[in-house]
Amino acid sequence: MNILIIGNGMVGYKFCEKLVAKSNSNQFNITVFGEEIRPAYDRVHLSEYFAGKSAEDLTMAPASWYAENNITLHLGDPIAQINRTEKTVDSHKGLTVPYDVLILATGSAAFVPPIPGTEKNGVFIYRTIEDLEMMTAWAKKAKKGAVIGGGLLGLEAAKAMIDLGVTDTSVIEFAPRLMPRQIDEVGSNVLKTKLETLGLKILTNTNTSQILGDDAITGMQFANDSKIDVDMLVISAGIKPRDELAKLSGLTVGQRGGIVVNQKLQTSDENIYAIGECALFEGMIYGLVAPGYEMAQIVADNLIANINNSPLGVRSFSPYDMSTKLKLIGVDVASFGDPFANGEGITSVAINDTNKGVYKRINISADGKTLLGGILVGDAEQYNMLLQTVKNKVVLPPNPEDIILGSRGGEEVAGAGITGLPDDALICSCEAVTKGMICNSVTENNCETIDAIKKCTKAGTGCGGCVPMIKDLVTHTLKANGKIVHNVLCEHFNYSRQELFDLVKINKLKTYDEVLNMFGKGDGCELCKPPVASILASLWNEIILKKGNDTAQDSNDRFLANIQKGGTYSVVPRIPGGEITPDKLIVIGQVAKKYNLYTKITGGQRIDLFGAHLSDLPNIWEELIDAGFESGHAYGKSLRTVKSCVGSTWCRFGLHDSVSFAIKVEERYRGLRSPHKLKGGVSGCIRECAEAQSKDFGIIATEKGWNLYVCGNGGSKPQHALLLATDIDEETCIKYLDRFLMFYVKTADPLTRTATWLNKMEGGIGYLKTVVIDDALGMNTQWEADMANHVDTYECEWKAAIETPELRKRFSHFVNAPEEKDPSAKFEPMREQVKAKDWK
Amino acid sequence: MIAEATTTTWFYACNVQDVPLNGGVCVKYNDVQIALFHFSRRNEWYATQNECPHRMQMALSRGMIGTLGEEPKVACPFHKKTFSLKTGECLNSDECAIKIYPVKIEDGKVFIGVE
Ligand code: SRM
Ligand SMILES: Cc1cc2nc3c(=O)[nH]c(=O)nc-3n(C[C@H](O)[C@H](O)[C@H](O)COP(=O)(O)OP(=O)(O)OC[C@H]3O[C@@H](n4cnc5c(N)ncnc54)[C@H](O)[C@@H]3O)c2cc1C
Ligand code: SF4
Ligand code: FES
Repeated sequence: MNILIIGNGMVGYKFCEKLVAKSNSNQFNITVFGEEIRPAYDRVHLSEYFAGKSAEDLTMAPASWYAENNITLHLGDPIAQINRTEKTVDSHKGLTVPYDVLILATGSAAFVPPIPGTEKNGVFIYRTIEDLEMMTAWAKKAKKGAVIGGGLLGLEAAKAMIDLGVTDTSVIEFAPRLMPRQIDEVGSNVLKTKLETLGLKILTNTNTSQILGDDAITGMQFANDSKIDVDMLVISAGIKPRDELAKLSGLTVGQRGGIVVNQKLQTSDENIYAIGECALFEGMIYGLVAPGYEMAQIVADNLIANINNSPLGVRSFSPYDMSTKLKLIGVDVASFGDPFANGEGITSVAINDTNKGVYKRINISADGKTLLGGILVGDAEQYNMLLQTVKNKVVLPPNPEDIILGSRGGEEVAGAGITGLPDDALICSCEAVTKGMICNSVTENNCETIDAIKKCTKAGTGCGGCVPMIKDLVTHTLKANGKIVHNVLCEHFNYSRQELFDLVKINKLKTYDEVLNMFGKGDGCELCKPPVASILASLWNEIILKKGNDTAQDSNDRFLANIQKGGTYSVVPRIPGGEITPDKLIVIGQVAKKYNLYTKITGGQRIDLFGAHLSDLPNIWEELIDAGFESGHAYGKSLRTVKSCVGSTWCRFGLHDSVSFAIKVEERYRGLRSPHKLKGGVSGCIRECAEAQSKDFGIIATEKGWNLYVCGNGGSKPQHALLLATDIDEETCIKYLDRFLMFYVKTADPLTRTATWLNKMEGGIGYLKTVVIDDALGMNTQWEADMANHVDTYECEWKAAIETPELRKRFSHFVNAPEEKDPSAKFEPMREQVKAKDWK
Repeated sequence: MIAEATTTTWFYACNVQDVPLNGGVCVKYNDVQIALFHFSRRNEWYATQNECPHRMQMALSRGMIGTLGEEPKVACPFHKKTFSLKTGECLNSDECAIKIYPVKIEDGKVFIGVE
């Protein structure tokens, strides 16, 4: 049977793939005609071309794939005519080829509204690689850009303009809001504010009346008579199905375009099918890739069933879900199910957090049982879950709002998790893979990683939006199968941090390689090196850059500084308790001036100097150390600062000398390597000016002594510290702190702050008290000795680095030109100082 | 992949001991920055472009190296995108692939091949 496909776009290609995957060779004689000069490429990820992807990277399958599968591919040769009576097609280059079955996969073109001036140079559409090539060339001299269309594609085009360096870009939308088909007005406003922070100007309710300029565009005029200057314009105002060939050959087309198809995707001629963006099904064009793939699958399945006389019933296409998530733009936007559902009894719950720029809306059925659809702007993490909840009509929990608010009682929201989904829930809609298929490949084929699942089922290989869900499904299935989902570090270590901590200690291992040889496998990675290096540092307190452990340190630890935008580093000398002499302040000023560093008072009561070149770091630190400073460990997972308030030395309310105590504590624990960073605070009275209760440990003066609080946190999930002991003296306070910190260092998972560690601890603060105060684990003597050892062996690692030639040598950008600095580190002036040049 | 018949020029980058064990350094070749890695655990040498395609930062030489299965890789210090040291392909997201260069060692000297 001769199958001829017109159009080699995403859907045309997918059809070929599906057909050859399931048919026996020689059953079909497949020919493809494509108008573009390249084999089908991934149009969905077209914008990544600007991020450096080449045409080859985007290719769905190279020309050799078609040859290997006996598919005759004619590229750069569009079909000019279909002769339905003879059942042949004529190509532009003059070929005439017969067909038994003809597949139209001609896709769509950009819709260009009839505005005078669209033919001018500098006006582009955004659909093919050629369009992108032309845009790239033009953008080099363009300064002011505009995009007509504030929909899905328009916003993507606007982001592309920014990526091309045309940062002064306006988005012009005719409708009163952005993405009118996907989100409501409130959502649009939130999105607008977010996009404006990216530097885009958003003009809604704006109708372009003319494009100005002689040969090339110079501006745009709007219906309200206002004008803007523009030297580059992208029109992205919607799509127009490519039905011209179908129309010419007398097939039925829709009034507003599109080739009319039935449930089998047949056109008005039963031997001709239309799939993808050119097909009009029940009055609807599906401008997304997933429904196009579904159409390809159905036609391929039916043709194969037909030729094999398979008893399987004919598969048919039904209205397809148009849920979408916006990609690339740097703002999460998603809409799913029916985003605007309203009607009798239907309720909508919405949260609009203008502070965080997050808007979420869900629409709930009249009986309160099912989710109909919704909108997410600013935070679309729940998109997949919510989409599945809609698609599978999962019964909602009693308080449906919990699913967007997050459960507040600490317990998982029942009914809304992956466990609640039926086996036939479609997880990957691009490749039509269900929950059952994924769980099966875990159980039957031992696919335990995302990559294995991708290989085995193809799930997650399309748009990739389902990958987080696949991950959850894998973990969940492994657990359900009784496989321990061990809290292991990574593929190289089958141990949790705590287990490894004990093993390293008992075996007295001193280097990363020893630990890997003895307890790991393979050659390590960025997930296991830092925690192991941190364990070694916590246990032995040796200079972290020695013994070949330097390259096992996270980059910031390896260079004893935080890497910042542009590749320069920040310098933070320790200023214990925030107390500093005028002389030291002067030195900081002098050093900053000499090395042209931006200086800022930090939130931790000290001074950060930003913008240091790698090769300047040792010189800067040498000068600081000469003046009596030492490392502030701002780069390490270790003690940062102990904030203080001025206390009884000056403050009329001060009960004790909080500054002296803060300095004492900071100097005791400085350099202590821990699972995450540690911060402390000491306040001189309950007015709490040092904010001690928001720290990992906080000490507050009372009439009788000190109250000790632990496990507070700022950051994204702030949490107040809890009271561990009341009215204790300094000595007891330090003893408790020694124990508390060592307990944490020994048992917490990597990158877990004390607050999260406590939250996960069975028995909570009550248990912690019995350990730290009543010695429930019998470890306290040991921990106090460990801490004493830490205090005795502490050394400033920056001092060691500058004094050890082979360590110092590592601080240069070019190994073969150590005196030269990285020419790509660029600065811009700002308020009499400098800032890092923005990255692209 | 198609082997191309271009001529490779080898330039002297540095000495073996200038590169930290299981780590990288940045080598300057005219205006090009090349990240050179000594994966001493596997007794292998690799060279790639120094620029991370994610945010165009000249930083891969300061990244941490390791393996994913058998594939040697480097993680960018900025946002931990990882790239294969063998093929340059991005392994944990869809950043574009980085350029790789051949490396050879002669008499304790490291040479990198450029076209
Ligand atoms: C400089 C500073 C901001 C400022 O200009 O004030 C700052 C800057 C950074 N903070 Fe911070 N934080 C600074 C005070 C804070 C505070 C306030 C405080 O300490 O009182 C907090 C909230 C309190 C807390 O930690 O509980 C804070 C919570 C964070 C977090 C979130 C931690 C969490 O538990 O959620 C991160 C991210 C992380 O560590 O993973 C972070 C990470 C960072 C990093 C390291 C991000 C990075 O990797 O580049 C920034 C490095 C700057 C640099 O190169 O030196 N920073 N950061 C402050 C330095 C304090 C200091 O002297 O060391
Ligand atoms: C920038 C951009 C971003 C997108 N983002 C997303 C997204 O995030 N998610 C999503 O689901 N979808 C997205 N899409 C839409 C998606 O790309 C399309 O749905 C998909 O490409 C449709 O596939 P198709 O094969 O029907 O059409 P196309 O890919 O357009 O292919 C049709 C092909 O047929 C050729 N052709 C036309 N007429 C003839 C003829 N007479 N003879 C021979 N060949 C002919 C055309 O030249 C073209 O190569 C995006 C589109 C663009 C442009
Ligand atoms: S709040 Fe964010 S941006 Fe500000 S310093 Fe901390 S990490 Fe950097
Ligand atoms: S710059 Fe390399 S990962 Fe972001």
